[in-house]
Amino acid sequence: MKYLSYICTAFGNYIIYKKINEMKILVCIAQAPDTTSKIAFTDNNTRFNEAGVTYIINPYDEWYALVRALELKEAGTAGEVHLITVGNAGSEAIMRKALALGGDQAYRINTESTDTYLVAEQIAAFAKDKGYDLILTGKESIDYNNGSIGASIAAALDTEYVGFATKLDVSGNTATVTREIEGGEETDTVNTPVVISCQKGMAEARIPNMRGIMAARTKPLNVIEPTGTAALTQIASYELLPPKSGVKLFEADQMDALVEALHKDAKVI
Amino acid sequence: MSVLVFVENNQGSFKKKTYELINYAAEVAKRTGVDTTALVLGQADDAALAALGNYGAVKVLHDSNAAFNNFGTRAFSKAVIAAAQKTGAKVIITNYDVEGKSIAGYVAAALKAGLVSGAVDYPVTEGGFTVKKTVFSGKAFANITITSDIKVVSLVPNTFPVQKTDATATVEAFDTGVSTNNITVKEVNKVTGAVPLGEAELVVSGGRGLKGPENWGIVEDLANALGAALACSRPVADAHWRPHHEHVGQTGGTIRPNLYVACGISGAIQHLAGVNSSKCIVVINKDPEAPFFKAADYGVVGDVFEILPKLTEAVKKFKAGHA
Ligand SMILES: Cc1cc2nc3c(=O)[nH]c(=O)nc-3n(C[C@H](O)[C@H](O)[C@H](O)COP(=O)(O)OP(=O)(O)OC[C@H]3O[C@@H](n4cnc5c(N)ncnc54)[C@H](O)[C@@H]3O)c2cc1C
Ligand SMILES: Nc1ncnc2c1ncn2[C@@H]1O[C@H](COP(=O)(O)O)[C@@H](O)[C@H]1O
Repeated sequence: MKYLSYICTAFGNYIIYKKINEMKILVCIAQAPDTTSKIAFTDNNTRFNEAGVTYIINPYDEWYALVRALELKEAGTAGEVHLITVGNAGSEAIMRKALALGGDQAYRINTESTDTYLVAEQIAAFAKDKGYDLILTGKESIDYNNGSIGASIAAALDTEYVGFATKLDVSGNTATVTREIEGGEETDTVNTPVVISCQKGMAEARIPNMRGIMAARTKPLNVIEPTGTAALTQIASYELLPPKSGVKLFEADQMDALVEALHKDAKVI
Repeated sequence: MSVLVFVENNQGSFKKKTYELINYAAEVAKRTGVDTTALVLGQADDAALAALGNYGAVKVLHDSNAAFNNFGTRAFSKAVIAAAQKTGAKVIITNYDVEGKSIAGYVAAALKAGLVSGAVDYPVTEGGFTVKKTVFSGKAFANITITSDIKVVSLVPNTFPVQKTDATATVEAFDTGVSTNNITVKEVNKVTGAVPLGEAELVVSGGRGLKGPENWGIVEDLANALGAALACSRPVADAHWRPHHEHVGQTGGTIRPNLYVACGISGAIQHLAGVNSSKCIVVINKDPEAPFFKAADYGVVGDVFEILPKLTEAVKKFKAGHA
């Protein structure tokens, strides 16, 4: 909670008004295969093979979006931090972990997360009348690497979007956001409500402590049924990267030959 | 009807990746039997705009409103939507970069259009509209079919070589109806001089094998000789040996240069995730068992402190011979 102090002078007396600013943050959490997972496909290369895959919170969502939201709460800038995921029951484990890190409320929209439009529409439909000042996403999911759901949520809510942010502060209804631009960074101000995608620089990764883990057991994990929105894309097939034909090795005294190969064979210089 | 391509405008000049994008849009237009319209927002002179025809734009719509002097996702996206409505565009194309990804996501949702973010090939239009993109951080591809009437595609830069002709585009002033931008810029910090990593065609990258920041001179020498940008592994950035924006991998930048030279980097899966779409990978590592060699095209098993200066000399000699 944040106390905004307005100091007014009236008849020589100071009267202090305190306004309680209940800034609310919604953090969008995606489930993603652990970074070391073996990537393989089944069903004639139309489905990701989940056998033996452990799922984690998409790193950008956890390390940057969620932790920054928690920092804003701890600093008294924000009130509640809510978490949302679009996914089936399998994604409850990651939501428990997100709650253990410090989220207040978790929501799961009970449908398969198959396409940007579908996920964004579900999140927007949920957020529409809840009065969130900030909606934070990660910069991209590490499985589909789209980096676009935040912008789609903003469109569905007709709000502003700032992508690829590396710093975020909020004062009153103004967010100060530093974001990646080509070859550097730019610091912008924008009024809330706003949707922001977060990446490295925002915050430092945390690990949940025992108190958080215990508290998370009793925190609500609300399940919401999806709206009727349909996906606008379908996965026709997957392909693994063609294997490298094998490394060609050069000895320390063959650097001219290596440069020649880069020029003649690889044609990169 | 036409294919609409969003052209990033840098105060009246355009980048190579933008020319590549217009080429791509023109090819998509050809395959779907329509023309290519480019949208340019912000100040630019007509000659520069007409020259976008060299890369395949037939028409250029231009709105120079001051609202476009700085980037704002909503303002730019609304302008793209206005242009798409004016031209009846069924396919809207942006780059898969900071601005392009933001616009693509916004426009797609606003127009109820399916999105493929990060295309690495032309759409296959027989029996639908299917686009290939990288997934799982460069470890695989997915062929994604867009089923909606309007389609939005963002292209990974440096996928295709740029082609140029003598054709020019007709330039038309276009009022997008957007006159406000919610974003106010307070400060811009650009790394001056150096080649920005995300755009670089050649990248030289250092890992923990370099032992300390004081040893980066040999990495920089090679980068300078090549005209390459610098990158590094995560522990190197975490230890503040190098600035964070050079960090590539799962949690850092994702790059796709023509050449990636990895010096003293083991090649952990999280590192590879950011670089394995590079067209050619050279690995220098003293450990012949380093996993990076499996992802490499060329390799040198040896000590970076010995190999790098030799490689730099060889590059200089080559450049002198080809100047
Ligand atoms: C969730 C998660 C996300 C991660 N994200 C990233 C990421 O985005 N980017 C990233 O880079 N890492 C990331 N990591 C870390 C990654 O797993 C590796 O630990 C890291 O990439 C190793 O960095 P390195 O290769 O520089 O160091 P090391 O693994 O220590 O390798 C150093 C290499 O240098 C070689 N060497 C040593 N001395 C010399 C010499 N004199 N000459 C030649 N070679 C020499 C060694 O043989 C060794 O192979 C992530 C890890 C996790 C768990
Ligand atoms: N199924 C999902 N549920 C909730 N948030 C998601 C979901 N998928 C993606 N996101 C959010 O959107 C961000 C960008 O994802 P993407 O556009 O798919 O790369 C992620 O970092 C998450 O914050």
